[in-house]
Amino acid sequence: MEAKPAQPYWNPYVAGVGLGLVLLASFVVMGRGLGASGAVASTITAGLNTVAPGHVAANPAYAEYLKDGASPLKDWLVFEVLGVFVGGYLSGMLAHRVTRVVERGPHITAGKRLMFAFIGGALMGVGAKLARGCTSGQALTGGALLNAGSWAFMIMVFAGAYALAYFMRRQWL
Amino acid sequence: MMAPFFKYALFGENISLVVAFLVGIGFGFFLERAGFGSSRKLAAQFYFTDLTVFKVMFTAIVTAMLGVYWLSVFGFMDLSLVYLTPTFLAPQMVGGLILGAGFVVGGYCPGTACVGIATGRIDALVLFVGIFAGVFGFSELYPRVSGFYMSTSMGQLTLPQVTHLPYGLLVFAVVLMALGGFIGAEWVEKRMAARKVEA
Repeated sequence: MEAKPAQPYWNPYVAGVGLGLVLLASFVVMGRGLGASGAVASTITAGLNTVAPGHVAANPAYAEYLKDGASPLKDWLVFEVLGVFVGGYLSGMLAHRVTRVVERGPHITAGKRLMFAFIGGALMGVGAKLARGCTSGQALTGGALLNAGSWAFMIMVFAGAYALAYFMRRQWL
Repeated sequence: MMAPFFKYALFGENISLVVAFLVGIGFGFFLERAGFGSSRKLAAQFYFTDLTVFKVMFTAIVTAMLGVYWLSVFGFMDLSLVYLTPTFLAPQMVGGLILGAGFVVGGYCPGTACVGIATGRIDALVLFVGIFAGVFGFSELYPRVSGFYMSTSMGQLTLPQVTHLPYGLLVFAVVLMALGGFIGAEWVEKRMAARKVEA
């Protein structure tokens, strides 16, 4: 069976309005915005808590994700991120964009690309913890609320990425 | 005042998790529609060839910002009940710098990595494992970096409070800035495309 060609992406301003309305709905219904990195911390805390509960309780970086009586996975952001996977898959499937592939520029091997992906992810994990949020929780959510720290964060995200872009060009171009 | 509905106890915690799942579906759907399941498209932002990241992000910010502003002006939503992450200026700026570096090295941010995984991108999956490693590493070292993490605490702080300018005026300024940015982004993309044809 011939795979159907991937459909073009939406106009960025249309997709942006859609994203903004989802964020607005979250503010109106829940009184909070979007997030992503927090779900990772909840998942790690849940896992560690089953093997080393003393270790978790002693470290505030984990303990803040504990819930009295319930699993740390029974968390708003965890359920939201599960939804992100489903929504992303639905959109991709409907537009024939689901393909198993290592995305990379033409001048880098898949192995090297995956190494950079891991390093980038680790950096992002550290950055998101330090900043108390990532592009979703800080930049988008805080940006819309005119949160001072979020705007400072957002400017630094672009600064950090552009500062390193030259050295990473062989991976992408 | 009616909103935020959850804060006015219109539904309980279990329903809130259903809401979370639905909000997530919407979030993931529009991220993928924009092309954010693709690391090459995301990374192109930092080489000026495709500024979709900037356009989508600021369109979303402006849309939600205007909605929040008008709903609070008309008295439908109590803005003081919307959660605002407190500002810790230094760790948030350093964290932003590190996250930005990770973005161009890895090609996704945490939310877009989920969409990448959902649409089959193996690099997104490996990056997501990396995020786990980073969060775990940071948390293990937390007792040693907690001093910096807690430094420059400024509480819940908004731009109107920092600048002493009216909320509405700043909203207007952000809209103008975004519109200027969009015009600039379209111009830059055209120039880059023309350069590519010449080369």
